[in-house]
Amino acid sequence: MSLLEVRGLKVHFPIKKGIVLERTVGAVRAVDGVDLTVEKGTTLGIVGESGCGKSTLGRAVLQLEPVTAGTVVFDGEDLGALKGAALRRMRRRMQMVFQDPLASLDPRQSVSSVLTEPLRTHGEKGPFDKRVRELLDLVGLPATAANRYPHEFSGGQRQRIGIARAISLNPELIIADEPVSALDVSIQAQVVNLLEELQQRLGLTYLVIAHDLAVVRHISDDIAVMYLGAVVEVAPSDDLYEAPLHPYTIALLSAIPIPDPEVEDRRERVLLRGDLPSAADPPSGCRFHTRCPFRQPTRCSDEVPELRVLEAFPGHQVACHWAEQVHSGELQPAQGSVAEPVEASAGPTPSGPAAPPDGLGLVLP
Amino acid sequence: MTTATTPRDAVPGQLAGEPLLKVRDLTVTFASRGRRAVRAVDGIDLDVAAGSTVGIVGESGSGKSVTSLAALGLLGKRGVQISGSVHFDGADLLNMPDDELRAVRGKEIAMIFQDPMSSLNPVLTIGRQITEILVRHRGLSKQEARDEAASLLQSVGIGDSVRRLRSFPHQLSGGMRQRVMIAMALACAPRLLIADEPTTALDVTISAQILELLRTLVAETQTALVLITHDLGVVAGLCDTVHVMYSGRIVESAPRRPLFAAPEHPYTNGLLASVPRLDQPRGIPLLPIPGSPSDTLPWAQGCAFSPRCTRREDDCLGGPPPLAPVGHPAHLLRCMHPVPTGERRV
Amino acid sequence: MSAAAVPSPIPSTPAAGSGEEAAGGLYRDAFRRLRRSPTAIVGAVLVSAFVLIAVLAPWIAPYDPTAVDLTDIRPGVFPGPSAEHLLGLDQLGRDELSRIIYGARYSLLIGVVSLSLGAIVGLSLGLVAGAFGGWVDGLIMRLVDIMLAIPSLLLAIGVAALLGPRLISVMIAIAVVNVPIFARLLRGSMLAQRRSDYALAARSLGVSRSRVVLQHVFPNSLAPVIVQGTLALATAIIEAAGLAFLGLGSPDPAVPEWGRMLAETQSFLASAPLLALWPGLAIVLSVMGFYLLGEALREALDPKLRR
Repeated sequence: MSLLEVRGLKVHFPIKKGIVLERTVGAVRAVDGVDLTVEKGTTLGIVGESGCGKSTLGRAVLQLEPVTAGTVVFDGEDLGALKGAALRRMRRRMQMVFQDPLASLDPRQSVSSVLTEPLRTHGEKGPFDKRVRELLDLVGLPATAANRYPHEFSGGQRQRIGIARAISLNPELIIADEPVSALDVSIQAQVVNLLEELQQRLGLTYLVIAHDLAVVRHISDDIAVMYLGAVVEVAPSDDLYEAPLHPYTIALLSAIPIPDPEVEDRRERVLLRGDLPSAADPPSGCRFHTRCPFRQPTRCSDEVPELRVLEAFPGHQVACHWAEQVHSGELQPAQGSVAEPVEASAGPTPSGPAAPPDGLGLVLP
Repeated sequence: MTTATTPRDAVPGQLAGEPLLKVRDLTVTFASRGRRAVRAVDGIDLDVAAGSTVGIVGESGSGKSVTSLAALGLLGKRGVQISGSVHFDGADLLNMPDDELRAVRGKEIAMIFQDPMSSLNPVLTIGRQITEILVRHRGLSKQEARDEAASLLQSVGIGDSVRRLRSFPHQLSGGMRQRVMIAMALACAPRLLIADEPTTALDVTISAQILELLRTLVAETQTALVLITHDLGVVAGLCDTVHVMYSGRIVESAPRRPLFAAPEHPYTNGLLASVPRLDQPRGIPLLPIPGSPSDTLPWAQGCAFSPRCTRREDDCLGGPPPLAPVGHPAHLLRCMHPVPTGERRV
Repeated sequence: MSAAAVPSPIPSTPAAGSGEEAAGGLYRDAFRRLRRSPTAIVGAVLVSAFVLIAVLAPWIAPYDPTAVDLTDIRPGVFPGPSAEHLLGLDQLGRDELSRIIYGARYSLLIGVVSLSLGAIVGLSLGLVAGAFGGWVDGLIMRLVDIMLAIPSLLLAIGVAALLGPRLISVMIAIAVVNVPIFARLLRGSMLAQRRSDYALAARSLGVSRSRVVLQHVFPNSLAPVIVQGTLALATAIIEAAGLAFLGLGSPDPAVPEWGRMLAETQSFLASAPLLALWPGLAIVLSVMGFYLLGEALREALDPKLRR
């Protein structure tokens, strides 16, 4: 049995109008029917851009947001059915790591108070000195950190404190919401490596939510790509990169800059037009059709694509009517939505027509 | 070592005559009463040739933004000491009267910032803000300015531009606002555009649109571009020359191909080794740079990066190492113990 | 761009709260900044002078402020400043300096009592609204809105008129004015803190809702309340003076209230303008002291300025 199973999860935030007599005039569909499965000891990455609902999804899994519909089953227990004290008891098995390490720490709490609060909350009796030292050691902080306050630490160290708090109750599942995006580039790797090391030592299961596909790919076994409240593609990390099937994933991958001029100059970028539509009024049919460079006159705007497995790609789910044709090169992106490689004509071979680019849009010689 | 061959890597101005922007020994010290003085920029030399693209890469606190602000006289006077020289097209920007400097800034040099919302006036329509620039700096009539503003929006990829001119900044998305900022920056056909983290606040697909826009506009209009960023990936595809800054000084600078093919400075190499790369197989371990950007040493006492450096030796602590050429004549390095070929992460 | 211009490598720190557990963070920092701020120093000097004068009045006042001595008084002409009476005599021959000094006592007393009353009631309402939210919040806030809609001096006059001209009614009147201000402030601050990541973090740890509110949210919401408290003292002094000026202060005409002293000199403004100057100056200086201190506190406690 999987450790975490999410089925048909919806989180809709009502839009209210009126001051005295409030009435609901609509809903922001932050998460609109998401299915996920996370096996014990693995990492599922969730990527998407701001406004796609990935953070709301993470909180809803932990029952920190009101769930509109759907179920979250953790180790066989339906979390939605738990209330009050029962739910609070369950919380010690699933913890969270936040994006902004400073905002997620109470500025008035010393580090030792931060780390012992979970223990005290769950009825454990002190003294906790040994446990605090142990936790600090696990996340690579000196024991002297215990008596200091969050603002005395650097960003990377604060995130280590946040991680120490998350593992203090020996949880099984950790949901990390953009765990490195607020950190300086040179620090991000420290935290990524720490998360990986802890997973191995403590047998943790991760749900990592981030916008940086490179980081997510690095630490995840599987990746789910979200767009406007829905999952559009789920695949093992390597497959997703080698054969992105959904047009949004293709655009996302080709948009990420690679720190290598040789690669950059030979890339063909699929550019998206326009901006993210409102989640209060998502487009009909496929949510992505308003910006999709591969949009077809039929099906896209009136038929909602379900997540499905393509014959040639077992274990890889995609929600696109035309995924086969997009992948085979039969369908080409619309005019003007491709930024030609800088060196298209300067390359060693004359650029042939439409050699199917790989996940990065690299036009191979 | 790879040598540059494509036209994009050639830096025309540096070989023939004076560069468009020439910064020499620029030093900026912030000193407010009751606080320790902070030297944010510590002796920067920078050349930007006409029509070239120059990247300045660094993390928070590296002084990358302060450099450009100081060069353009945008830091104010209180609590700031600026020394060195900044010449734009031969004119001395640091000793120029304020009104002349403002004219240069509006017309010849333009800037765009990370957060377009704070650079746009929230109570005026974007049309009003663009036409104002056109009327003031290019002397167009109201009607001409309106037509020109619409075509400027068109050129930065904003469709339905005549209607968009009536929008207020808050009615636009982040990517759209940054496009408006670029349109305003290009309104007077400046010869130099300084972009300070222009895409950091944007989502990756929007960021790709904006970078593509900058790339084509700069190529079409022959505007020189200084791109300030923390992201090595962004400069890799866009800049002719790259300067890597650490703690107020340039630690390595080179044309982009030699730099990325052979990063000699442990910091540059460390930055490259610490980010996962999509084009490389999964499972390559990340090699983080230890410590944090605030663990620096004053340059006077030695290499500021040495407290975090894995290649540190005793001689790193004898004053600042010089910025000297290595291999390629345009490849400058400030390090006593460069990373040997076998240990580079490329 | 403002962020870009700041070279400091020390990252900014968010709003923080009260002292018992973590004097470390916010308050030590704030105090350090206060000591460097000229505004704070001027404010603190004025406020301490005011408080000292008020407390030590019986010892430093040269004369009894109520002692009437008509020997030197002729109709319409009062002796001005002299070596014996530094600020001169008023229309009943009382020593003006002593009356100003004793007046500080009344201002401070009214200020402190009315502020405490107003803050206790206001903060309780704010705490309840901020902690429970929902319809409780809605109800309390509508009540507060109604109170805020009435101009504060008018509200104070109404209350004072209702309770009759007594010192305690002045205090209650000013307290009533302060109630909605404090209620709104604490409630807004708490709602913002409730949405913060650390409150969410505590909930995700399984900390119960009431403990999240009492141990994390409430203490971290107090910084703006401290600032408002200082500013409210200034307002209280003005309002007390205003009520006394209108004759709604203490019924005993001998009591040296600054507002009443100002009112009484009206008929002699042409012949003895200085008599109007002294109480006016006293009001301005003491109010300014609290304002400056409050402004400096606001700056020192502002999380956005913490670098």
